[in-house]
Amino acid sequence: MSIALYRIDDRLIHGQVVVGWGQPLDCSFIVLVDDEVRGSDWEQDLYRMGVPPHIDVVFASVAEAAERLPAWEADPRVGILLVGDIDTAVALAARSDRVKRVNVGGIHHRAGRSERLRYVYLTDDEAAKLRRLAASGVEVTAQDVPTARALPLGDFL
Amino acid sequence: MNERQPLRGVIVSHAAVAQALVSAVAAITGIDGVLVPVSNEGCDNDALSERLRQAVGQGPAVLFVDLPGGSCLTGSARYARQHADVAVVTGVNLAMLLDFVFHRDARPADAAQRAAEAGGKAIRVTA
Repeated sequence: MSIALYRIDDRLIHGQVVVGWGQPLDCSFIVLVDDEVRGSDWEQDLYRMGVPPHIDVVFASVAEAAERLPAWEADPRVGILLVGDIDTAVALAARSDRVKRVNVGGIHHRAGRSERLRYVYLTDDEAAKLRRLAASGVEVTAQDVPTARALPLGDFL
Repeated sequence: MNERQPLRGVIVSHAAVAQALVSAVAAITGIDGVLVPVSNEGCDNDALSERLRQAVGQGPAVLFVDLPGGSCLTGSARYARQHADVAVVTGVNLAMLLDFVFHRDARPADAAQRAAEAGGKAIRVTA
């Protein structure tokens, strides 16, 4: 089944991912792609605490993820790949043509961002990056939980 | 005289669980102003950290987190790592909070341990 979900979520591993998506997908591994977390054992331990023991967690830098994506895609188990921001998603897609679709799952409010959906706040620059990502051939949709409808980019930008 | 400053309790939860627990404790004990609710609703990690900073204030505190994983825990653990007078306990329930509001003169780590024990004792299967 490989990577069933490529998700941008600024909370990274949290309940909505592990329970909301993990249960219905029968997820067996989570790949967290974040250069900062990859370099911190303490942060990795913290994120592992939220994951049941039957789910493997892999921490990777963008470069490592691009290299290992073919193996993860070939894994017979179901996996979820997480990035914390649009820049990381764009960087990964630029390094690997394996990224065919991206789920915008949670980008929260901060200064300079405006509301696009209840769970998606973007600056104009971030919105432009998502449009360029879509123009490059990646299917970009927004969907916080599996029971919601996946919204195409045009519906929220 | 070296009196310990009473602990503040900060409940960190998804949605409105924290607020509901604060209300329940006040209704049962009549004690108000000791517990502060923090929801992760609409927060990224930085925003949750700011909510925690405002909720904890200056004094020592125990952070009562709803789940033993996820954004409420990661945010709380990061905050506690930077503040020696803040401890974290997960699996918050009403029983541990009721015990806590009457025992706020302990050190944060000791109070967190006591809360874990009080909360655990309340989990039973009735006949």
